[in-house]
Amino acid sequence: MNIHTYEKLWLVGAMLLIVGFIATVTYGAVGVGVTMIDDSEETIDPTQLDEDERFSEPRVEQVGENEYDVYVVARQFMFQPDPIEVPAGSDVTFYVTSADVIHSFSVAGTNVNTMVIPGEVSTMTVEFDEPGEYGIVCNEYCGSGHHAMEAMLIVQPEDEFELEEGEN
Amino acid sequence: MSAYIDDFPEEAAVIRAAFWSSFVALAIGAFFGLIQTLHRTDIVRIFDSTDYYTILTAHGVFMVITFTIFFLVGVFTWAVTTSLDRGVESLRFTWSWYLLMSLGTVFTAIPILAGFVDSIDMSADVLFTFYAPLQAHPLFYIGLTMFVIGTWLAGADWFRSWWAWKSENPSERIPLPTFMVLTTMIMWYIATLGIAVSILAFLLPWSLGLVETVNPLLTRTLFWYFGHPVVYFWLMPAYLMWYTLLPKFAGGRLFSDPLARVVFVLFLLLSTPVGIHHQYLDPGISEGFKFIAMTNTMFLLLPSLLTAFTVVASIEHGARQRGGEGYFAWLGALPWREPAFTGMALAGLMFAAGGFSGMINAGMNINYLIHNTLWVPGHFHLTVGTAVALTFMAGAYWLMPQVTGKPLASKPIALFQTVLWFVGMTFMSNAMHRAGLLGIPRRTAEPQYEGFEFQAAVGSVAELDAQVAIGGTLLFVSAVLFLWNMLITSFNRPTETLPSNVIPEPLSGSDDSPAVLDNLKLWTLIAIVLVVLAYSLPLASIVDRGGLFGPGGDAFPVRLSPTLVAQLLVDTVQEGLR
Ligand code: HEM
Ligand SMILES: [Cu+2]
Ligand SMILES: [Cu+2]
Repeated sequence: MNIHTYEKLWLVGAMLLIVGFIATVTYGAVGVGVTMIDDSEETIDPTQLDEDERFSEPRVEQVGENEYDVYVVARQFMFQPDPIEVPAGSDVTFYVTSADVIHSFSVAGTNVNTMVIPGEVSTMTVEFDEPGEYGIVCNEYCGSGHHAMEAMLIVQPEDEFELEEGEN
Repeated sequence: MSAYIDDFPEEAAVIRAAFWSSFVALAIGAFFGLIQTLHRTDIVRIFDSTDYYTILTAHGVFMVITFTIFFLVGVFTWAVTTSLDRGVESLRFTWSWYLLMSLGTVFTAIPILAGFVDSIDMSADVLFTFYAPLQAHPLFYIGLTMFVIGTWLAGADWFRSWWAWKSENPSERIPLPTFMVLTTMIMWYIATLGIAVSILAFLLPWSLGLVETVNPLLTRTLFWYFGHPVVYFWLMPAYLMWYTLLPKFAGGRLFSDPLARVVFVLFLLLSTPVGIHHQYLDPGISEGFKFIAMTNTMFLLLPSLLTAFTVVASIEHGARQRGGEGYFAWLGALPWREPAFTGMALAGLMFAAGGFSGMINAGMNINYLIHNTLWVPGHFHLTVGTAVALTFMAGAYWLMPQVTGKPLASKPIALFQTVLWFVGMTFMSNAMHRAGLLGIPRRTAEPQYEGFEFQAAVGSVAELDAQVAIGGTLLFVSAVLFLWNMLITSFNRPTETLPSNVIPEPLSGSDDSPAVLDNLKLWTLIAIVLVVLAYSLPLASIVDRGGLFGPGGDAFPVRLSPTLVAQLLVDTVQEGLR
């Protein structure tokens, strides 16, 4: 095959670029430790969430000194609990599932963003450094009221944070 | 030396019909696109927000299924018949796949458009991705199936032509345009298996009430198994025109036949085993599988980078043939007054920008920031919405006269139209990308929320909205000008002075191509092996976790019956009060 010199140079350049991309993303995932949504949770029957110990009462729960679990249910067209209040400077693990169709759980303008698929549980652990308020939106079309599906995430200053009993 | 219609009057009729089916879809799609831009940005809202999703479903389906694929079958028929220099084997067969595709489109359109009429209890507001457990009327799935079977038969038609030609020319290389069509169709057969299984085994029986539940992650994965290669199915006819027509318009010929073949083989091999890159954020799929999809995706950049090289080199060659000189001064020697050339060149330029934002999408971790935000439509309006759509429109300025025997109604308006599309898309797409970075979601009728507002670091959300609306309006005007030109062309008087329908031989011809490149059986086999490697474990794991029919759950027919809406409102208020 007859390949022009410029063609060869371009080919080599293209390959280097591709390998470079893969290297940076790998570094981002493995080196820096950005966690991905994966298959670590068991499947669950979306019509039986009422029976489920974690999701029958969507809530924020303290599980360690600086560790909190948040159980969130997404359904047409709301998130529960709402608002979600967590302290700054702690490890917060979200467990999100859907009671009906596919939704997303997306904290606007951040990379806290996951699909919420009925039957599956999405988990991610995040630390919020600064107190503040964030909007949570559903960014996957889920039916005619999709645009109304929102909630708030309130990150409280560490020393002011208190879990309310039976918070819902 | 004659126009296409002189040599193949009957095939020209089929191609005209396919083009017109495509243009009707473009007309409806562009109108809905305009409504969307004005609605989302809260500038004009003529529909209820709950109807927005009917409009969006129609825009998606008409644009990326009907407009693109009908144009594709027209171009591919032109390419095969021209390059083999023989008509189709049976016109009846050719018309029958065209009719099947048309009927499929109508069947799909009925339940979608019925969504506007509350009194008809039928709808399909499921968007073009139709993720279960959102459920469309069975007719929607039936129509899609018929449409896809129509494309399968079209592929069979082109293979038949090639086999017949081969038996008469046993020692010849496959002519390049036919080679492109055949490799693309093999990719399409492999890719459409995904939705064929998804629809026939799960969604259709489920919508008919024959099975109770489906596994939403499984049908979604099968959709994306198809959903990425379909992107290349839209793109390949554009590439075909960039490789065959663009160098000719520039006044030269294609740089390298072997490299073009390599590119199409790479697309055949790599298009399918990457679909999971649309599911980086899905629970139930392990990080490892996502990582493999990402690596494959990065390699899929290669054929596009090679294309950039070959196409630019061929254009430069053309310019130098026309007397162009210097490092960059040759650009001035190009036929910028030809709408077919300028449109394709602008489309190629936008594709470079689209490729860049695509590389960002493909990176697993950055994807978390922009997934399902307006960034994503910003990206694909550069790729399918411009690289493909504008190349098709530009191609039509040359092809329509070829298949009608009538001169283009207005060259200046055509030229203006291509530039207008470019400018409109620059506004709309740029603003969409920026809005996406703020987290403004896509597929949302009213991205204004009660509890919070999106804050722009530079400029303001209002400024972004204005740009989206201005861009969308310019695009709509551009589409109208295009359609008007096509319509008037069809009513023009026939002329004898059309350019002849020849595709020049490449500089480095097929003799330089290793024969193995034409071994379609080999490439098909490798493509299948790669797909099996990439998909068997993820699919097995999804089925193992959730079962073939999922861990349970109800169906959610997307019907807009007033009682349902009222019920939802009541529920929401009650939840709020609790
Ligand atoms: C008149 C020109 C066009 C305008 C004004 C326009 C406008 C838009 C807008 C504003 C959206 C985003 C809606 C949302 O996410 O809420 C959209 C979505 C989309 N557009 Fe276009 N568009 C145009 C042309 C095209 C073309 C030519 C194609 C493809 C060939 C295309 C394919 C799509 C697709 C596939 C979607 C996504 C649908 C979905 O999310 O389900 N558009 N368009
Ligand atoms: Cu939603
Ligand atoms: Cu893709």
